Amino acid sequence: MVLVIFDTIVTLSGLGIAAAIVLYLVAWKFKVYEDPRIDKVEEILPAANCGGCGFAGCRNFAEACVKQEGLDGLYCPVGGNECMTNIAEIIGSSAIVKDARVAVLLCNGICEVRPKTSLYDGVSTCSINASLYGGDTGCQFGCLGHGDCVVVCDFEALHMDAATGLPVVNVENCTACGACVTACPKDLFELRKRAKKDRKIYVACKNEDKGGIAKKSCSAACIGCNKCFKVCPFDAITMNNNLAYIDSDKCRLCRKCVPECPTNAIIEIGFPPKKERTEQSENETIIKQN
Amino acid sequence: MLKTFTLGGVHPPENKISATSKIVEMHTPKNVVVPLVQHLGAPAKSIVAKGDIVKTGQLIAQSSGFVSANIHSPVSGKVLKIDKALNSSGYKSDAIFITVEGDEWVDNIDRTDKLINEIKFSKQEIISKIADAGIVGLGGATFPSHVKTTLPKGKKADYLIINGVECEPYLTADHLLMLEKTEELFVGTELLMKALDVSKAIIGIENNKSDAIKKMQEVSKKFNSISVQPLKVKYPQGGEKQLIEAITKRKVPSGGLPIDIGAVVFNVGSVYAIYEAVQKNKPLIDRIVTVTGKTLKSPSNFKVKIGTMIGELIDMAGGLPEDTGKIINGGPMMGKSVASTEIPIVKGSSGILIMPENESKRKETEPCIRCSKCVGVCPMGLEPYLLSALGEKSLFDRLESDKVMDCIECGSCSYVCPSGRPLLDYIRFGKTNVGKIIRSRK
Repeated sequence: MVLVIFDTIVTLSGLGIAAAIVLYLVAWKFKVYEDPRIDKVEEILPAANCGGCGFAGCRNFAEACVKQEGLDGLYCPVGGNECMTNIAEIIGSSAIVKDARVAVLLCNGICEVRPKTSLYDGVSTCSINASLYGGDTGCQFGCLGHGDCVVVCDFEALHMDAATGLPVVNVENCTACGACVTACPKDLFELRKRAKKDRKIYVACKNEDKGGIAKKSCSAACIGCNKCFKVCPFDAITMNNNLAYIDSDKCRLCRKCVPECPTNAIIEIGFPPKKERTEQSENETIIKQN
Repeated sequence: MLKTFTLGGVHPPENKISATSKIVEMHTPKNVVVPLVQHLGAPAKSIVAKGDIVKTGQLIAQSSGFVSANIHSPVSGKVLKIDKALNSSGYKSDAIFITVEGDEWVDNIDRTDKLINEIKFSKQEIISKIADAGIVGLGGATFPSHVKTTLPKGKKADYLIINGVECEPYLTADHLLMLEKTEELFVGTELLMKALDVSKAIIGIENNKSDAIKKMQEVSKKFNSISVQPLKVKYPQGGEKQLIEAITKRKVPSGGLPIDIGAVVFNVGSVYAIYEAVQKNKPLIDRIVTVTGKTLKSPSNFKVKIGTMIGELIDMAGGLPEDTGKIINGGPMMGKSVASTEIPIVKGSSGILIMPENESKRKETEPCIRCSKCVGVCPMGLEPYLLSALGEKSLFDRLESDKVMDCIECGSCSYVCPSGRPLLDYIRFGKTNVGKIIRSRK
């Protein structure tokens, strides 16, 4: 009996040792060298695997950083500057510093200002709706409101507002990964520079129709009247295809353009409320102008 | 036993309610809107400017490449503007707006009804006349006809097939054309035979148009090399690949063209346009359009100038009924519903269908029950349930390997689905994206 147990222990131990030697030799023979820096870089990355950098996941991005031995054209928008500086230290190159960005919806065609002209009863996704026609309102450039952007957002930074029918960006959660920018078939999202206190001024419209036609389909549309363009002291506003665009890198948030807009297409967010103009003071300014 | 294609197919109710109304020439509208994209391929380039006076049949937009087509003024008058206009795709695109003044035509156009039998042009002359006249496939695909008649090097056509199938329910434009312009169609076919160097032409007509078959067969006795082939009624027999198979038993290989198996197909509408272009110097400025619907007062077939608004046609047919749910540009299977009546008739518009509200609603979408009815009816032998699921998830690589590009978008799968799934919508979405990916590789 004892002998049987002893034999078993010896045989199994022998087998184990033999297998270990074989495995060791095989592992040694087929060893793949991997730069240890890849693991280090991956550890720093946010592990969101969102694809905002243009790679399939964080690991691929880390491999690309190490392989390139530099960070030209590589940037993790989720990790931001801090993360990129740390990566630069590991791979021994200089970091690229970029302004923090945030996704902004360039449409303000809420239900009241943009009446429906037809009834869409097809698949409730923006991509299919856009492949069938311009949309159920008179504006073929505006938000379709099925929320393809909400579905692709990995950071819970977007939700649909039932009252307006438009998606809302939660600035705290938004990492500027750009998933919504690619998902929107109408190209309505823009990654704009984050300013102090998340203040922003932008033209919330992409309607390229001529003024009259644009306004007929949506009363909050940019009509391309050039008023904001003329008043901007910093050359931040450009006019193209009957549409004003405010460059967030040049805009100094002076707010001069906001009251100029006849359709309230320029939106200001995060500013303290302006002093209400009384009727009297308004009359005074008119007299002065005359 | 009548001939037909082998794989799949469905039998939607025919509803050819306008089959007995003769073609009526529609009065010239006051304004026309002529889009610059009315064909497959590169948009035409406008060669007129605001304020120019144009004559009927005058070239107003020039083709901008080999796969592109000329566009001529359908009316005489003044160019009001060149601006964006809504078209049947549901988007705005560039178009020439013309205000009608007078009725002046370009001099060399023969406006009489006299039949010209004698063919006095060479092969090259016929092809260049087709190209000049801006003829495109009038069956709906709007592929420029001169591209089809110019055979690739080393390829030879054995058969010329004329498509008089009109398998789409409701539509009767081709049917009436075959009844009223029979001899012209045969002369047009002879012109095409000369251009393509073929000795044999077959006209395929579905058996539900017995009067057209009878009349065409009678006339065909005068033409030795042209025969008429009655076909069993089955949708989508009017599809190019299905029709070739039904008549010649040859199958177009996946990703290939009909010419690969020696066949060239033309729609009867295109053949008539080619007859007019070559024998009468008349460019493609009008076409036959069916305006129909069960609730419509008088379903009709109109000869309409390109650029006429859909709304005017509906008014001519008795006005828009109150309970209208959808206005469809084309037929119920392949047509597309439009969001406005301010959409111009283009070269590819074959019909306007008015659907009452109770018929036009989509079925409630339910989960796929794997009944595989869609697989059974697919005339291209595809698996629509799978393709649509892949389209829904944007898996474009797999869509490509599962041959989504072979889909002819006939809609048979969506038609039979007992769960009311929008199969074709997802497949078409996938197809568009796969097409983009394939083009970007080149």
